[in-house]
Amino acid sequence: MTSYLIRRFLYAFPLLMGVNILTFVLFFVVNSPDDMARMQLGQKRVTEAAVSNWKHQHDYDKPLLWNSEAVAEKKVTETIFYTKSVGLFLFRFGTSDSGRNIGDDIQQRALPSLAVALPTLLLGLVVNISFALMMVLFRSSYLEQAGVVVCVVLMSISSLFYIIGGQFVFAKVLKLVPISGYDDGFASIKFLILPVLIGVFSGIGSGGRWYRTLFLEEVEKDYVRTARAKGLTETQTLFRHVLQNAMIPILTGVVVVLPLLFMGSLIMESFFSIPGLGSYTIDAINSQDFAIVRAMVFLGSVLYIFGLLLTDISYTLVDPRVRLS
Amino acid sequence: MIILWTDGLICALILSILALGFALRGKEHLQRPLNTIANNSVGMVSLMVLVFFVLIGLLDSVHFKQQGASNEIISALDYWATPLRTQGEKTYSAPFATHLFSKEMMTQADGSTQWGYPRLQFGGQHLSNDSDKLADILQKAAVGFAQGAAIFLLLYFIKVQGARFKVQGKKSGFHLLPFTFYPVPTTLLILITLSCILIHLSGYYHVLGTDKVGEDVFYQAVKSIRTGLIIGTLTTLIMLPMAIIFGILAGFFRGWVDDVIQYFYTTLNSIPSVLLIAASILMVQVYMANHEADFTSVVVRSDTRLLFLCLILGVTSWTGLCRLLRAETLKLREMEYVQAAYALGVKQHTILLRHILPNVMHIVLISVVLDFSSLVLAEAVLSYINIGVDPTTFSWGNMINGARLEMAREPIVWWSLTAAFVFMFALVLAANLFADTVQDAFDPRRGTQ
Repeated sequence: MTSYLIRRFLYAFPLLMGVNILTFVLFFVVNSPDDMARMQLGQKRVTEAAVSNWKHQHDYDKPLLWNSEAVAEKKVTETIFYTKSVGLFLFRFGTSDSGRNIGDDIQQRALPSLAVALPTLLLGLVVNISFALMMVLFRSSYLEQAGVVVCVVLMSISSLFYIIGGQFVFAKVLKLVPISGYDDGFASIKFLILPVLIGVFSGIGSGGRWYRTLFLEEVEKDYVRTARAKGLTETQTLFRHVLQNAMIPILTGVVVVLPLLFMGSLIMESFFSIPGLGSYTIDAINSQDFAIVRAMVFLGSVLYIFGLLLTDISYTLVDPRVRLS
Repeated sequence: MIILWTDGLICALILSILALGFALRGKEHLQRPLNTIANNSVGMVSLMVLVFFVLIGLLDSVHFKQQGASNEIISALDYWATPLRTQGEKTYSAPFATHLFSKEMMTQADGSTQWGYPRLQFGGQHLSNDSDKLADILQKAAVGFAQGAAIFLLLYFIKVQGARFKVQGKKSGFHLLPFTFYPVPTTLLILITLSCILIHLSGYYHVLGTDKVGEDVFYQAVKSIRTGLIIGTLTTLIMLPMAIIFGILAGFFRGWVDDVIQYFYTTLNSIPSVLLIAASILMVQVYMANHEADFTSVVVRSDTRLLFLCLILGVTSWTGLCRLLRAETLKLREMEYVQAAYALGVKQHTILLRHILPNVMHIVLISVVLDFSSLVLAEAVLSYINIGVDPTTFSWGNMINGARLEMAREPIVWWSLTAAFVFMFALVLAANLFADTVQDAFDPRRGTQ
């Protein structure tokens, strides 16, 4: 177990290196720092001095991969690739193009993101699973067919419409909650209700359908027939046997996304102006702040790989048949 | 005649689908699932709606340079809808309105000024009196309905004649008995008459109103069909070769090939796809800004960006299918018939092409139709974050993005959003229902239910 974890941990490095190289190619090779400088400073009539000044301010005034003017090991270390990559691997994200410290920003904004994403995930899980269980309980009846139709219809509506419609009905017409905004501490609850509810509701379609197929596959198995033959009622078999066994794929599916919750939801946060990492990313994209986007890409990959590791561990915890070796 | 990149690729896609259909005609093992689809009325109805959308999209994919002063690149659909395209208003106007949505200062004939709702330049300009409007709309709708019904009857007549010609004596002609509901012909009737009514009415009114700069919303919604379809289909076209080749090779050769391919797709997968798309689109923007000379026309510019978007979406979305195919190939290569082929000395590439590939095709087909609807939905979200299609391209995402603030107006401007919602919902719902049918028909595990 321990040696497996160490091996998995070491395997994360080549993956992160791959991510780093890919983003490096995207951000520095496809477009040179000169292009970026011109983009930031405005396209036309930029003097050479202004460009080189901007590059110097942002540490972009080194060669990309190989510094032939430096001596010894500095041939490698005095390059954009080396300085930027080492910073990322040590979680020193540096300053954004607008001059703010990215690491501090991320720390501040992770909590609001989590405050939206975690309740949405948990509540969504409960709602989806109960909806799916209801459909399976009433399987091959009109009730199930109606449930499936509702799922397909809900699935076919873009999440944007749920948000716009929800904001319009609950915040503008009924005036139950504020339209958007955020506050510190428990005062934020009234701002969070609507995004969480909308997030849950927009997930019912695909979530309910997915869990339904999971349960249906489980219901056909032999042990369920045995349970029924023992004389258990349908509800007892469903809740005690089927639900428990179906929890394995459900749990592992949830564990993968757990670390990514920190990244927040792009759309939700920007619609409800919640100062989380999602809206941070959107703002960076809109203002074309490459340093932030690069940091977020790297952070997202780290969290995803961490999620994969957690999944493996959770497999051994919930399913005694799986051994890590 | 001008062939844009996306036009050419769509054309290639349709030709290859036709060629595939021709090559696979009459294959016994394909007849059964196809018959299942044909006998499923939900599947056929949704297929019909999809085909209807595709036809509009194709009409919009034939581009040529307009003769005359403007020298714009327009499509066949634009040419057909010239009045809609050119006869705009000043700003917002409600569906079927004859006056602008907002008040402004008007100069009367006698020189005095008045504060009021100005008359539209195009919508309902033939009306002499506003009170005739409802009667006029109903009358125009009736004309449109008559046209639609006539076209439907003509098609129906051709079909009956054709059927009589082919299978003599078989009574396939008496479909449309009164009081019996046939879903497929009914859908066709509804589609044809509805589009005829809308086409006829839009010659006189702004059927779905106008947007902020006075452009016809109905025209925008129809033009967006092509964007949605292209994103849904071209992305799959781009991702399929990668997913199939890598997935099968990894599963078949195992060993270091498998390791390399797995490393490759885990790396790609671990980057949040929205961020990867954002990063790539940012790069495309920088590239375009630096190479302005190559993108002279707005149409070419937005088309290139659309193609790039498909490319990037394809790169981010092939990993899921690749993993499925790898798992299936791992299973298949241990099957007796593959082992037998080995024992008989069949070469590796022949085994791959003849024994493995055809047996994973159902997974490919199912994932293609399943992905379609999610890609159309993804386009809207991406356009909202400004990393989707070019802002000048007509797309439902751009319509929603523009209409977002209109909900806060008093009184609200609801028609842009509603139009985008209805069109998008129709396409995605049809695609989802059709995907379900295809999955039921082709997935061996679900076939018996």
